[in-house]
Amino acid sequence: MDPLLHYVLILADDALIIAQRLSEWAYKAPFLEEDIALSNISLDMFGRANMLLEYAAKIKGEKTDADELAFKRHEREYYNHLLCEQPNVHFGDTIARQFLFDSFYILFLDKLSKSSDKQLAAIASKSMKEVTYHFRHSSQWVIRLGDGTDESHEKIKNSINKLWIFTNEFFMMSNIDKKMQKNKIGVNRETLKPAWEKNVKKILMEAKLEIPTNGSTISGGKEGIHTEHLGHLLSEMQFLQRALPDAKW
Amino acid sequence: MVTKLKTTKIWELLNNIPDPEIPIISIVDLGVVRDVGHEENQLTITITPTYSGCPAISFIKEEIKRNLELEGFKSIQINTSLSPPWTTDWMNDETRKKLKEAGIAPPEKYVGCPQCNSRNVDIISEFGSTACKAMYKCVDCFETFEYFKCI
Repeated sequence: MDPLLHYVLILADDALIIAQRLSEWAYKAPFLEEDIALSNISLDMFGRANMLLEYAAKIKGEKTDADELAFKRHEREYYNHLLCEQPNVHFGDTIARQFLFDSFYILFLDKLSKSSDKQLAAIASKSMKEVTYHFRHSSQWVIRLGDGTDESHEKIKNSINKLWIFTNEFFMMSNIDKKMQKNKIGVNRETLKPAWEKNVKKILMEAKLEIPTNGSTISGGKEGIHTEHLGHLLSEMQFLQRALPDAKW
Repeated sequence: MVTKLKTTKIWELLNNIPDPEIPIISIVDLGVVRDVGHEENQLTITITPTYSGCPAISFIKEEIKRNLELEGFKSIQINTSLSPPWTTDWMNDETRKKLKEAGIAPPEKYVGCPQCNSRNVDIISEFGSTACKAMYKCVDCFETFEYFKCI
C-alpha cells in the first residue's frame, strides 16, 4: 500500500472508530447535557474521519470514496490504535478512553498542522480547535469523578488503570511513521511523550489519582491486528452497507 | 464589468440563504461562503465548514445549488476549502447584533446575557443544540440562553 495512504488511514480510523463508540451513547448517556456533549464530540470525530477518508480516497485514486472506505473494508484493513475500539462499558471507562485519546491528539495535531502535506496540515489545524474543548471536557470529568465520591473515585481509577496499557501505542514509531517523518509529512510520535506524561499527570493529580505503574504495552492496530472488540463494532457499523450495498438516503 | 455585476448579484443571492440551524443569519453572515468565482458560464463557489462534524454542510451545498439554479445559473461547482479554518472572528457586528436579538449570546470573550446584558452568568453545558453553541443561564434575570462559542 502507498505509505501516505496507510498513514492517512491510521488517522482517519482513529477518528472513525472512536466516533462510532461515542455514538453508542446517544439517547442513553447519564443525563441530557452529557448525551448532547458525547453526541457532539462524536459528530466532530465523524467529521474529522470524513475529511481524512475523502483525502484517502483521492490518494487511492481508483473508483472509491469516503463511504466505501468507511463501510466496506474488512477488520484487518482498519488501522486505528487499539484504545479507540475499546468498549464503552460504563461512563467512567468512556471518559478515561476519551481523556487518554484527547491528551495525545492535542499534541499530535499541533505538530501535524505544520506538515509539509498541505491537506493534512489543513485538517489538523481545523481539528485542533475542536480537540481543545474535547480535552477540556474529558479532563474536567476525570477530575470530577476522581475527586468525587468513593465509588466514582474507585471506578475512574480502575478505568484509567485498565486502559493505560493501550496508551504507549500512540508513541510507537512504525515503519510507516518513520517513512512519513523522513519526508516531513508525519510526526515524530516519540518526542510527544514527555509533554503528554506531564499533562496527564497534572490532571490525574488534580483528580487525586495516581499515574498507573503498569508499563506493559499492547499494540498492533496500526498494522491491522486488533482486539476482539473491533469486529463486533464493525458488524454494527457496517450492517446497512453489507445488507443493502450502496444504499442512499 | 458584466462579470463584476454578476459576482455582486451572486453574493446577494447567497446572502439571502439562511443558515439551516440559525436561520436568523445567512450563510454569508456566518462566514461559510469564502469565494465566488465566475468565468464564462462556469460558477465556482468556495465554502468552508464551521465545525468538522457540522451536519448542515451538505444541506448548505444543496441550498446554494438550488437557489442559483432558480436564478438561471446552470454550471455550478461547489468547492470545500479547509484552510484557513473557519473562525467566529469572521462574523461582523451586524451579524452579532442579529444573534443577540434572537436571544443567542454572540461569540465574544466575555459571555453576556442577551436579555439583560449581565455578565453574571453560569455555564450549564459546554454543548448545546448545535456544535457551535454552549448553554448558559443568567444569574441576575434567570434567562437560560445559548452562547455562540468562539473558535
